[in-house]
Amino acid sequence: MNAQQAAGSAVEAPVLKVQGLGLEFRTRSGIVHALEQVDFELARGEMLGVVGESGSGKSVMCFSVLGISDAAARVTAGSAVFGGMDLLRASESELARVRGREISMIFQNPRTALNPIRKVGRQIEDVLRRHTTTLADQLQERAIAALAQVRIPDPARRYHAYPFELSGGQCQRVMIALALACNPALLIADEPTTGLDVTTQAAIMDLIAEISRERQMATILITHDLGLAADYCDRIAVMHAGHLIETAPTAELFRAPRHPYTQKLISATPYGATALEELASIPGNLPDLRRGDLPACRFSERCPHVQAACGQVLQAVQVAGRHTVSCWNPQ
Amino acid sequence: MTILSGSSEGFRHFRYVMGENLVTLFAFVLFFAFVFVALFGGWLAPHDPMASNTAVALKPPSWQHWFGTDSLGRDIFSRILVATRLDFGIALSAVALSFVVGSFFGCCAGFYGGWWDRITGRLGDTIMAFPLFVLAMGIVAALGNTVFNIVLATAIINLPFYLRVSRTEVNVRRNAGFVEAARLAGNSDLRILAVHLFPNVLPPMMVQISLNMGWAILNAAGLSFIGLGVRPPTPEWGIMVAEGATYIISGEWWVALFPGAVLMIAVFCFNLLGDGLRDLIDPRRRT
Amino acid sequence: MLKLVLGRLAGAIPNIIGVVIVTFLLTRALPGDPAAFFAGPAATPQAIEEVRRSLGLDRSLPVQFGVYLKDLARGDMGNSLTTGQPVVRELVSRLPASLELTLAGLLLAVVVAVPLGVLAATRPGSWIDHGCRLVATAGVSLPTFFTGLLLAYIFYFKLGWAPSPLGRLDPTFSAPPTITGFLLIDSLLARDLELFAASFKQLVLPAITMGVFVMAPLARMTRASMLGVLSSDFIRTARAAGLSRPMVLYGYAFRNALLPVVTTLGMVFSFLLGSNVLVEKVFAWPGIGSYAIEALVASDYAPVQGFVLAMALLYVLLNLAIDVAYCVIDPRVGLEQS
Repeated sequence: MNAQQAAGSAVEAPVLKVQGLGLEFRTRSGIVHALEQVDFELARGEMLGVVGESGSGKSVMCFSVLGISDAAARVTAGSAVFGGMDLLRASESELARVRGREISMIFQNPRTALNPIRKVGRQIEDVLRRHTTTLADQLQERAIAALAQVRIPDPARRYHAYPFELSGGQCQRVMIALALACNPALLIADEPTTGLDVTTQAAIMDLIAEISRERQMATILITHDLGLAADYCDRIAVMHAGHLIETAPTAELFRAPRHPYTQKLISATPYGATALEELASIPGNLPDLRRGDLPACRFSERCPHVQAACGQVLQAVQVAGRHTVSCWNPQ
Repeated sequence: MTILSGSSEGFRHFRYVMGENLVTLFAFVLFFAFVFVALFGGWLAPHDPMASNTAVALKPPSWQHWFGTDSLGRDIFSRILVATRLDFGIALSAVALSFVVGSFFGCCAGFYGGWWDRITGRLGDTIMAFPLFVLAMGIVAALGNTVFNIVLATAIINLPFYLRVSRTEVNVRRNAGFVEAARLAGNSDLRILAVHLFPNVLPPMMVQISLNMGWAILNAAGLSFIGLGVRPPTPEWGIMVAEGATYIISGEWWVALFPGAVLMIAVFCFNLLGDGLRDLIDPRRRT
Repeated sequence: MLKLVLGRLAGAIPNIIGVVIVTFLLTRALPGDPAAFFAGPAATPQAIEEVRRSLGLDRSLPVQFGVYLKDLARGDMGNSLTTGQPVVRELVSRLPASLELTLAGLLLAVVVAVPLGVLAATRPGSWIDHGCRLVATAGVSLPTFFTGLLLAYIFYFKLGWAPSPLGRLDPTFSAPPTITGFLLIDSLLARDLELFAASFKQLVLPAITMGVFVMAPLARMTRASMLGVLSSDFIRTARAAGLSRPMVLYGYAFRNALLPVVTTLGMVFSFLLGSNVLVEKVFAWPGIGSYAIEALVASDYAPVQGFVLAMALLYVLLNLAIDVAYCVIDPRVGLEQS
């Protein structure tokens, strides 16, 4: 992102501003404190990477913003303001108008994420019919155009295809077409490249990045792949055990990570390589989020720099321009 | 399989499901009540179930005759008690026969594949090609009107379930590590099947057995209702309902209602048991 | 598509062969002297010998089978002892009555059970959900013949709402001209509304009795299937795309959930055809079930064998229809085949 864009977005109101988001799940074995005090914002045209281990709450956070969380989920605190509306307090019908039209989401495992017994072209039409005033006889045209935009070869023929007839990469393109059909202002991509081979991964990410740039669409990229985030995102937010512990522009994060966890993460992942499974270098495990006695800082129990002050409730501290850390002892 | 792995853990799980699910507990209690009556019904009956006394024919329920009397003046309550043994006996033998034969062939089919598999598959398919009750009718009609033939017919129509379940379970585990180990240790095929594989087949089968018991009772009662199998004056729930059928429409409801209600409760009990067992053994398969 | 249908047809052929063989074995498995059974209890030794010869019972088993097949191909299932009529003719004339009853029962069961299952899945833990589970467990416990008697007792004897359970039509009415054999349809075709109402009234209780038993597996399957589908990935995508709730539930979820329900119909038909016999006895319904029961009582075996074979063939055809319907509904079937 160049300086002009940076300046521009600093002045404009953020597309999405999440403050103090807290979420819990009521389960048979207790209450899972899935999210706590999550703050972040997103500007127009910006791609924010949300990284963290499995179970850190990345997907849960985005589901709650869209209101498609599991039935057992309860938002306990916070707000998510989008277009002047707090999504967490909006009614179901208001949310249904936002979903697919203003905010769209794409998921991992694209083949299972599409209706298996409905032609893909028809599925795109369903979204168009729902959110736009396209005339019935133009729906097919627009659906085929949407397929063409995501670079699906021979879109007119693929319109009639069923998901099982397409490859994983093609299914993902269809999902992207579905998500972008109504030109949303925000796209949330939940691990869109998982399960795809490396070349297809790059192609899909390039497609997303290009379209976001073209349309100045804000994007949230959820991934456990730090390398992928480094290649495509403008800013990165790091999550750990339901807390958003550090946010910074990409280059800055890799150059000067301040949170001990982020430092371990980056040093354990050589730039350009893949998964975070090499996290074996961080001793201990993620805390059990069902505990009633969770510490204020959920990393403190295995942090090498823990202090007495770390028992206080966390606050986001700005350590540089757009770089914030939730830590009482940033390194 | 929680029951087989670690009995204390299994017992805790058992208590959890029981506590969770009072209905299942109720079903177990009911089951034992029925078994008790089946064993001791003859001695518990206040009247002789076969003693006819036309003077008191078709009397509604009273203190003398708790469930009333039938067209020949016999005490319905006593007849129902005594019939429990017959109905349970038929269901139990049929299911046991079906289980033993079906498991044996199913396990062989799953283990050896090839011709075993093809033949048992054909056998199962051919039986399932008939509406099962109709097939039972045909078998009993062809072989003769005896209790043994009812048991045989019911066993035959239940066979496909056991064939299929045991075949699948054995087939899935056929090449598992522990089987290989047993084979290398020199165990004969039969021993492997009996000692190592079969215990793994048991848990899903137990659910099936319980559900089949309920169905076997319904089947036997149904056959008796249309005149196949048990002959009067033997007391049996289905035949008692048939005897009462002509009277219910003219208002003497007790002759058919009580045997029918008891029949329903017995089947209901087995169905609840089956559901409860399913929860115990594999909660993921709850429906 | 055509290839798939033909494939399914081909798959049904071994079943038909199996059915024919089994019914043949049943006719020859009669204890004692089969000829005596077919000749009847009142037959003279001469008559028995004649029967033996005409049925080829003095020949070897494979030859007998050949004779059996030849007779079947000609549509000859023997004659009924009590009426002297060919079994086939009686079966054909009585079949529509059984079909009308079975289809009415099925229709009723589907109309009640499927919405119940869907509602139970979309409102987990509600009273509808518990009600659905109760129906599912209780329904399979109720003996069909008992339900029929209870219903007759309550609605005819006690409340007087239903007509007396004496068959398809009150004796004061005469049947409409037979076009389909279905009284409901024929009376409508003859524009006789009074007749339609009368046949409908007679059909209600037996149809409910039939339906109650199969409501249970249908409701259970629909609920389970719907629950499974509702928690699947593509429903989440549909919700995230902001599709309307009716669209998500019915356009997306329900259609997918229907697939396992269609396959359950096979088992449902097995129960239906079986209960048919019992219901026909309770309500004196003049179908093929009561035909077989009357024959049984009279030790008349040819009709019973004919009945078993007819029911089995009907069942094979119904299963074939279900298979084909499934192929049509699910576009993935061709893929699994290859």
